[in-house]
Amino acid sequence: MLQFTIKRLLSLLPLLLVVSFVVFMFIHFIPGDPARLMAGQDASLEEIEDARNALGLNDPILVQYTTYLSSLLQLELGESYRSGIPVIDLISDRIGPSLILTFLSILWALVIGILIGIISAVFRDKLPDRLGMLTAVSGISLPNFWLGLVCIQIFSVQLGWLPTGGVNDGLKSYILPSFALGAGIMAMIARFTRSSLVQTLKQDYIRTGRSKGLSSQSIIYGHALKNSLIPVITVAGLQFGFLLGGSVVVETVFSFPGLGQLLIDSISYRDYPVVQALILFFSVQFILVNLFVDILYSLFNPKIRYD
Amino acid sequence: MENKYVEMDLNEEINSDKTENRFLEFWKLFRRKKPALYSLYFILLLLVLVVAGQYITPFDHSEPNYSNILSSPSWPHVFGTDEYGRDVLSRVIAGTKIALTVSISAVLIGAIAGTILGLVSGFFGKWIDKAIMRFCDILFAFPDLILAIGIVAILGPGLQNVIIAIAFFSVPSFARIVRSSTLEVKELLFVESAKSMGASKRRIVFKHIFPETIPVIIVYFTMNVGTAILSAASLSFLGLGAELSSPDWGAMLSMGRDYIGTSFHIVFFPGLMIFLTVLAFNILGDGLRDVLDPKTRD
Repeated sequence: MLQFTIKRLLSLLPLLLVVSFVVFMFIHFIPGDPARLMAGQDASLEEIEDARNALGLNDPILVQYTTYLSSLLQLELGESYRSGIPVIDLISDRIGPSLILTFLSILWALVIGILIGIISAVFRDKLPDRLGMLTAVSGISLPNFWLGLVCIQIFSVQLGWLPTGGVNDGLKSYILPSFALGAGIMAMIARFTRSSLVQTLKQDYIRTGRSKGLSSQSIIYGHALKNSLIPVITVAGLQFGFLLGGSVVVETVFSFPGLGQLLIDSISYRDYPVVQALILFFSVQFILVNLFVDILYSLFNPKIRYD
Repeated sequence: MENKYVEMDLNEEINSDKTENRFLEFWKLFRRKKPALYSLYFILLLLVLVVAGQYITPFDHSEPNYSNILSSPSWPHVFGTDEYGRDVLSRVIAGTKIALTVSISAVLIGAIAGTILGLVSGFFGKWIDKAIMRFCDILFAFPDLILAIGIVAILGPGLQNVIIAIAFFSVPSFARIVRSSTLEVKELLFVESAKSMGASKRRIVFKHIFPETIPVIIVYFTMNVGTAILSAASLSFLGLGAELSSPDWGAMLSMGRDYIGTSFHIVFFPGLMIFLTVLAFNILGDGLRDVLDPKTRD
């Protein structure tokens, strides 16, 4: 197990390097001169030259990248063009609410998604299955920002039960955003749980169980479910990227003080160091979640470890 | 010489008969999938709106009417009016054109690039395959919408850049799916016999392997259009896509959200339209998959 984890961690290094290189190049892809951007609109030629030296733009690309990488490792992500505050401080101020939001969204999505998937598979091609899968395909098709606005209209404006945005009301502030954010991923988990369970129920050992006279319940809950939930973890991991992208939109709907809103604010102010750091942050988070999922998967499915 | 022509004609006739039969066979199966069939009708209706929308909208979608702002749905403004007194129904209809043009062209570009990469990767294997698949892995390392936001942050806001961004993140999934289909088809007997008859590699890839991957591409294309509509609307909602004054569904939601307490209809109808359109593409995609690619069902 430890060997597998180490192997998997090491295989991640090249990917992390390439991703960090792509994000590093980000600032070079932007049309216009980064030094002029940093120095500001009405900077003199001298100030622009100073900015160019400060950014190390006169060095060869590889040297610049090595410098970037070594500062990354020391968690130095530069300073915001807009406020001059270190980017790492901006991120650490807002990371808490964002992580709680993502965690709550994936939590309810997993619980309800798996439940709907099981019901659909057990009652395959009957009414509960049809309803479950209709819910799922609707969930995948719902624009999360619209769902968020509809929820605000019903639960905040008309019923007055929940706040319209922000995080000042404790856990209550998280209910609507995490509902809007988790709906899509819940739907995908439901669909996948259903198909995975249906596949498992076709296996030989299930037939053996049936011929031994086991009850349907003990077959489904005692044997099939455990095995069919393993691939669901992988799907949940892959869909995590969908959740991260969605969080940017949902945070905007609910004026939520998280990283997603910081990203959108920074783009509109052309605050590129913050944009660059956040894109890297989201991607690394996505890669790490999938690493975690892989390790979890190998824990449940020893076959993987020996491949 | 004459004989050769006769033979070619005959071949073409047999081929066109084969295509026709395949289509009829497909249609017979597809017709039974009622939800998918109705979704197809809905999408065809949307396409009619794209082409003829401007002739049938009750009002000019950009014409303000300051004496009739934020009025609730009622006759003749069935979906109500917005903060400039513009007719919401006319704007929703005009938005169909933007949504479908942006999403279909983005997925089409992504599908063409992805298909070529997938065919090359699957057919040639070795280092080309490795290089293409590693390139896909890198793109997969970025969450889709974050990658799109990053691309738009570089290129600047606007629908054209939204198309580029969405096309870009569609490429790797098409490449992977076409590659795996190519790997399967490559081993089939008719490809082997084409090889042994000395057909060129290009001919084998495009004449023999590519047609076999088309069903999978169609299924995947349909499903991706739904996702692309959602992504484009999200980007416009965030202010990174269409101009906020344009009748884009996402932009309408972005502008209307300030009025939800009093005039909920401004955001309700464009959002409902996004939902129904994406739903139709998803259900159609599911139906097509059941018929064209039955082994992935369940």
